[in-house]
Amino acid sequence: MEKVKIATSWLDGCSGCHMSLLDIDERILTLLESADIVYGPLVDFKDYPQGVDVAIVEGAVSSDEDEEKITKIRKLTKILVSFGDCAITANIPGMRNYFPTKELYERAYFENADLNQKRPSIRIPHLLSHARPIHEVVTVDVFLPGCPPPADVIFYSLSELINGRLPDLKGKTRFGR
Amino acid sequence: MKKVSQIQTLIIDGKEVGGKSDESILQVAKENDIFIPTLCYLEGLSDYGGCRMCIVEVKGMPRLVPACTTLIREGMEVTTNSEKIHNYRLSILALLFTERNHICSACVSNGHCELQTLALKLGLTHVEFPYIFPKMPVDATHDRFIADHNRCVLCGRCVRACHEVEGAHTKDIMGRGITSRVITDLKESWGSSKTCTSCGKCVHVCPTGALTEKGKSVAEMEKRRQFLPYLKLMRERR
Ligand code: SF4
Ligand code: SF4
Ligand code: SF4
Repeated sequence: MEKVKIATSWLDGCSGCHMSLLDIDERILTLLESADIVYGPLVDFKDYPQGVDVAIVEGAVSSDEDEEKITKIRKLTKILVSFGDCAITANIPGMRNYFPTKELYERAYFENADLNQKRPSIRIPHLLSHARPIHEVVTVDVFLPGCPPPADVIFYSLSELINGRLPDLKGKTRFGR
Repeated sequence: MKKVSQIQTLIIDGKEVGGKSDESILQVAKENDIFIPTLCYLEGLSDYGGCRMCIVEVKGMPRLVPACTTLIREGMEVTTNSEKIHNYRLSILALLFTERNHICSACVSNGHCELQTLALKLGLTHVEFPYIFPKMPVDATHDRFIADHNRCVLCGRCVRACHEVEGAHTKDIMGRGITSRVITDLKESWGSSKTCTSCGKCVHVCPTGALTEKGKSVAEMEKRRQFLPYLKLMRERR
């Protein structure tokens, strides 16, 4: 049987959700019997491949780069999982939404910089006006809330997805957990 | 002379139950271990019917009615949950989340919050409506308490506790619809209030992290509400 292709990615998040994914410990070996991780920070592939079955994405959509990434992921993936509170509610990255981006740049590159006060013009993605939940930008199939989602719930979800089922996450995890 | 209440029988979710004629559907449901979700309701305070979480179907009535403010009647047939009711409840919850800024992971009430618990219980895993991300003030001028409007659901419990139980009427709600805001006195800072007795009742009846004690970190704010029904009982005896 061909293995299920899993990709992971993070946008504007802290990597905590990925840490929680690693907290499933040796159970990851069970999952890898019937799945391959084909892309993401945990493996070393440079480009997002074609034909991904399941993508789990952490973080809010905050910059033009995030927007490009998630649009591409959506296009090349069967099932997209919004992974954690930042992806689902904008959470902490969304706390900057009450300020105009101009003020944020001022604060980061001028007020808080002692040396070389300057806004970088290359290699830095541009902030969108708001950090947004993923499903406000592209269609999402599964929502896995939590900050971070507990390892057991991640394991349950991945097991279900690998077996071709959509996990029922109602009542299993909540915002802020 | 005290009004005598009569015993009435009715059907809730197919179960025959009885109650007194001055009891609400919610009270009778509670007495019979039938769960109806609530948010603005709190035992010991007057019934407000504001949050609409407790809406139920009553046979023969064209609209859904709040269980907390609808009195029972002889022969009534009540349904406390259906797909229609459930979807309305989810929408109400979702709107509450979008209208303010609920960042549970950084909230003092994380893990002890009634809004969060309702989302878990009703299975709300995400919010379909676009978030508004309004800029909301935080009033930390009081010596011991904080009012964080980012987390307020306008349930009015603080207003009722302050008025009905403490008798100070420091808190009130100003404005209309989505722009409504809980205020202190005539929209003054809490710290400079001349009417507030600093009793803390509003803080402890608040279902969310909107009113909290100072000096609490993330997930440390647990509310203590045992005093309310007790206070009420003692007053009734007086
Ligand atoms: S008040 Fe409740 S729902 Fe709002 S951020 Fe705090 S814990 Fe979350
Ligand atoms: S502390 Fe007491 S008096 Fe002051 S606003 Fe709250 S309930 Fe009212
Ligand atoms: S401050 Fe708390 S008790 Fe008062 S209306 Fe807001 S959520 Fe309700």
